[in-house]
Amino acid sequence: MASAQSSLAVGGMARRRPFMTQSRREALVAYLFISPWLLGLVLFLIGPIILSFYFSLTKYTLVKAPEWLGFANYERMLTDPFVGIALRVTGTYTLLAVPLGTIASLLIALLLNQKVFGIRVFRTIFYMPSLISGVAVAIVFSWLFSHRLGIVNFILSRLGIQGPNWLGDPNVVLWTLVLMSLWGAGSGAVIFLAALQGVPQSLYEAAELDGAGSFRKFWHITIPLISPVIMFSVITGVIGTFQTFTISYLMTGGGPGYATLFYLLYLYRNAFSWFEMGYASALAWVLFLIILFFTLILLRTSSLWVYYESAGRGR
Amino acid sequence: MAVVTQSQPSRSTYRTQHSPQRMVRDALRLIFVYGLLIGLGILFILPLLWTVSSSVKPIGSGARFPPEFLPTQIVLDNYPQVFRMIPFARYFVNSAFVSTVAVTGELLSASLVAFAFARLRFPGRNILFLVLLSTMMLPGVVTMIPQFVIWKTLGLVNTYAPLTAGAFFGPAFSVFLLRQFFLTINLELDEAAKVDGAHEFRIYWQIILPLAKPALATIGIFSFMASWNDFMGPLIYLSDTDLYTLALGVNYLRSFRGGGELSYQMAAATMFVVPCIILYFIAQRYIIQGIVTTGLKG
Repeated sequence: MASAQSSLAVGGMARRRPFMTQSRREALVAYLFISPWLLGLVLFLIGPIILSFYFSLTKYTLVKAPEWLGFANYERMLTDPFVGIALRVTGTYTLLAVPLGTIASLLIALLLNQKVFGIRVFRTIFYMPSLISGVAVAIVFSWLFSHRLGIVNFILSRLGIQGPNWLGDPNVVLWTLVLMSLWGAGSGAVIFLAALQGVPQSLYEAAELDGAGSFRKFWHITIPLISPVIMFSVITGVIGTFQTFTISYLMTGGGPGYATLFYLLYLYRNAFSWFEMGYASALAWVLFLIILFFTLILLRTSSLWVYYESAGRGR
Repeated sequence: MAVVTQSQPSRSTYRTQHSPQRMVRDALRLIFVYGLLIGLGILFILPLLWTVSSSVKPIGSGARFPPEFLPTQIVLDNYPQVFRMIPFARYFVNSAFVSTVAVTGELLSASLVAFAFARLRFPGRNILFLVLLSTMMLPGVVTMIPQFVIWKTLGLVNTYAPLTAGAFFGPAFSVFLLRQFFLTINLELDEAAKVDGAHEFRIYWQIILPLAKPALATIGIFSFMASWNDFMGPLIYLSDTDLYTLALGVNYLRSFRGGGELSYQMAAATMFVVPCIILYFIAQRYIIQGIVTTGLKG
């Protein structure tokens, strides 16, 4: 230890004289290291975002150069009934799927945090569905939730329950998709589990000595200490569910009627089925602003419900 | 960590004092926990088991009522049948290629960028890191159309460039996770190496990367799964059916004569999912370790 420290000191001494050039060199090297990201930031993010805003002010069908429209695309959105439908569908789904998904993930994490025999097997079982997404989920659940031939309704009928027309009833179908999204709650659970395991055991013991029961320990210790993770999960959840696409494209095609006309599905059709790139860009910008708005609200109000530990807690 | 080991003795003495009443309560708790674990576990695993079991059911099983959980007769021929209906092997290779390139690019670029953010000093570091964090919150939808237009202008639609290029430019989320991990590695290692005359790239390549294997494995798996399961990207960029990735191919199967067959769809779905599951089991040890240490938790 002592020798390591002294050699460090010597290193520091040796570097002192050409200090400016040394730190400049390090900065230059650092910029070389981050150059892929900087380049990507310009090429894949800032450039396209500006371009996207420009397109949104034009009529652009890919075959001809963009034609200037001003804000006509945005005005058109106000009178387009499908925009309202898409926003309602997407908003409802987000409002259901994000809170329920967060609660489900948290409950599973609490369950998986129990120190009982065989818990590793259960961790794997709960996580496995998260390895499967998109196409496979859509295909498998189309069969499972089939109204007449599906195994879900068959099991329900055995229990004396008349199962709904999961994918064919416009009043039910969004709930079906929410239910399916809960099947992937294991991925969130793993993150919550890591957070739970980071809560110092000593806090629980102190609370126990003070006579706190399980619920009070959970509410006054666990929840505050993992609240930053909850917030992270809610924000990424909102951003993700607002952009739901694959499941509606593959399973319901936006139907029945327009019951699952997700915003991104409508945008996709405008852009890639009807080549209305200008209008689709306006749609994209509005969704972008909506997501930004909710993200900022969550971040701004976070001081009210997220507990941040004071700095200086060592690992 | 130190806290936990320290508190262990006091906890066990506390526990050994318990009364019969407490033992009954603990037993009830155990039953409750196992009941929930098993009940929910069955709900979670059942769709997977049903998929595999349906993949070996005879033709026509999908239209039969009541639906069977187990096949009446095991038909393995559904699997080769899928290969005959669509160029499954080709799609598999396409997907493997795209995912491998994407994972390689992401691991290389993200670790380079993360290394600088975690271990080098440079002006603007904090501001740039904030920019990086805010790009994580940026919905991809807003860049989708211009990116398509750019790739189309470059004549690169119907190639794998649009599906893989982004990975080489330090995807923000992976950079963030790796940076968190790199921060946990003792800085004295770098200092000592510098004294020995090692330059930054060598420190990155020979000291930091080998130590970061769990984090790299975790990010590699996430990146692989994202690329393997990606549906919208290939849907937008690939129209030549020979170039299809497996995600498109499995859906494409449904449009063929006989593609509506439950058994074929489930055989295809099973083969689509298996690589992710195998990879997960290989890297499972690292993933749990990686999620805990990358500070994904916060």
